[in-house]
Amino acid sequence: MTIIAQKPKSLLDVPMHYCPGCGHGIVHRLMAETFDELNIAERVIGVAPVGCAVFADSYFACDMVQGAHGRGPAIATGIKRSKPGAIVFSYQGDGDLASIGMAEIVHAAVRSENITVIFINNAIYGMTGGQMAPTTLVGQVATTAPKGRDPKLQGWPINMCEMLAQITGSKYLARVAVDCPQNVIKAKQAIKKAFENQVNEVGFSMVEVISQCPTNWGATPMQALEFVRTKMIPQYPLGVFKDEGAK
Amino acid sequence: MTEKTLRKGNEALAEGAIRAGCRFFAGYPITPQNEVPEYMSAHMADAGGAFVQAESEVAAINMVYGAASTGTRSMTSSSSPGISLKQEGITYLASADLPCLIVNVMRGGPGLGSISGAQGDYFQATRGGGNGDYHIIVLAPNSVEELGNFPKLAFELAEKYRMPCMILADGILGQMMESMSFNFDPIDPNQLGKFDWAVDINKNGRKKNNVFSYKGDNLIADVVERAKRYGYIEKTEPRFEARQTEDCDVLLVAYGLSSRACMEAVVKGREEGLKVGLFRPITLWPFPSKALQQAAQNAKAVVCVEQSLGQLVQDVKLALNGAKPVYLNAYPAGGQPDGGTILPAVKSALNGGTEGLFDLQRHAEGFTYECKRDASLGIQGDWKGGK
Amino acid sequence: MPRIEVDANKCKACYLCVNACPKKCLGKSKTISKKGYFPALQERPEDCIGCKMCYLVCPDVAITVIK
Repeated sequence: MTIIAQKPKSLLDVPMHYCPGCGHGIVHRLMAETFDELNIAERVIGVAPVGCAVFADSYFACDMVQGAHGRGPAIATGIKRSKPGAIVFSYQGDGDLASIGMAEIVHAAVRSENITVIFINNAIYGMTGGQMAPTTLVGQVATTAPKGRDPKLQGWPINMCEMLAQITGSKYLARVAVDCPQNVIKAKQAIKKAFENQVNEVGFSMVEVISQCPTNWGATPMQALEFVRTKMIPQYPLGVFKDEGAK
Repeated sequence: MTEKTLRKGNEALAEGAIRAGCRFFAGYPITPQNEVPEYMSAHMADAGGAFVQAESEVAAINMVYGAASTGTRSMTSSSSPGISLKQEGITYLASADLPCLIVNVMRGGPGLGSISGAQGDYFQATRGGGNGDYHIIVLAPNSVEELGNFPKLAFELAEKYRMPCMILADGILGQMMESMSFNFDPIDPNQLGKFDWAVDINKNGRKKNNVFSYKGDNLIADVVERAKRYGYIEKTEPRFEARQTEDCDVLLVAYGLSSRACMEAVVKGREEGLKVGLFRPITLWPFPSKALQQAAQNAKAVVCVEQSLGQLVQDVKLALNGAKPVYLNAYPAGGQPDGGTILPAVKSALNGGTEGLFDLQRHAEGFTYECKRDASLGIQGDWKGGK
Repeated sequence: MPRIEVDANKCKACYLCVNACPKKCLGKSKTISKKGYFPALQERPEDCIGCKMCYLVCPDVAITVIK
């Protein structure tokens, strides 16, 4: 009898606070598996955001820093530049990364900071209770877009991978989803690649994860998966947008 | 120890910080402190540290937050409007108990203000500036010599008490050149021990460290516990300089460059037979209240000299608690005091006059103001286009 | 014989695992957990092929797969 799949060592053995069916936990696990597999657990320092993942420091076994909303890439820059041997990640949501932290993420890419950014895009502000995010879909109802997002009033959703791909300093950009086993496997490959890049000093790498938020989408976990497939992925196509680290 | 050399204030500060073991600097251009990032960009790499020109002041202070969390001696510098932007990071640094050095080379405000030296950020520096219940240690140098030597003190205090420390200078101090020497040998931060709280690599089996600002249910305990440090600092760390205070009839109180003008007033006043003394707080927080009470013991009046509408004067009044009449000789928004403008205030304080003494309500005597809307210009809702 | 174990203290009953299992051998427990959920459980371990699909989609890292 052998265990062929279990909680990776880089995750602490504690229950997580995320809502039932939320994608955060899956991504946490994929990252932790990556740390174990690449044998970098001793070198990892993480940056937790403001948002649902503010408690991520309670789940990852590595040292963690939790700072101000949107500033993850700046904090990660400070850590990486003062501890160049560290493997530094910034874990951010869509409001954090694509709204209040837009300047920080863009300029971390411009400087090609050798860090790994994990960007959870669920098209909504989760922790604050379902407000419209920069990535909220056209027509999607949010507590601050009660009639649905109207491009005339609130503009269109922003596609971060496509945008950051224009920046010379970005070296690896991939968009993945965690709605089904096949996509989870692909997400793992992308996350692993993004951390391998940092080990190999390739430069700025980001993985955007299309994630489900059943609670704030007003959906059951199963309906949320359907929303990912039928609504989210058409707006946010999956794939690798840039890969300049390939050796 | 070094020989005396002629140095510009900002450059003395930057060199002093590197000598004090600073190995991370992030900043953003703003006058009148540009020589600091310029010096750092030229010399930090040679010292084995990192310099980052950040995309904004907000990013710069958060880079310092990251670097400080690794236990690296980290700093940022800016000037007034930039320090306003940094307040987000400063309150997070305070909340996460991170030591670092923040330098404010003050300029005129509010808003974009002007680029000349001023002292309008006293409240911002000593009252917190950011959200929540916290303090930072504030050091106020009054010479290029102190500007160059205070970074070492700042890092030591910051690390001792695990909190941000600010050097509050001003545009003139930053820009002027003076003969100065460093009174300490360069520190190699690689030889300093690690902190048990810092995030790091090679954990060697130690417990996991988290640096975090969100305290949730533990917030009350956290703030109350930190307040013990604040109280201890108030008791043990106030620094000040008292000049000719023993016999003074009028005690001048000033910090930073204003105190230099006050020394001129002390000398000139005494030549005229006026017994003038000077009390200079070197730490603005903790404010040296006890020492001020002592220095003011024999004085008939106390006059605050400051380049603002009256900020330091509030701490002076709090410290003296009504025991002495306290007056204000003010130079708001970048005005410059000198002995000749201070002495009339000294005389007024003694003889009940008003020349040189600034009082907001007296300042507004005869002034009326009416808010006017003029419908002949049109009405607000006369164009209902757009969204 | 492959089988899985669900940590009832971690499971929040989203049943993504039940949905993902190609052999449909997972179901819902009839016992309420300490957290107030009816956790997932392996109803028919004899059908389990150890494919780890359930583990892959579990957001709470509550599943261990044993072969």
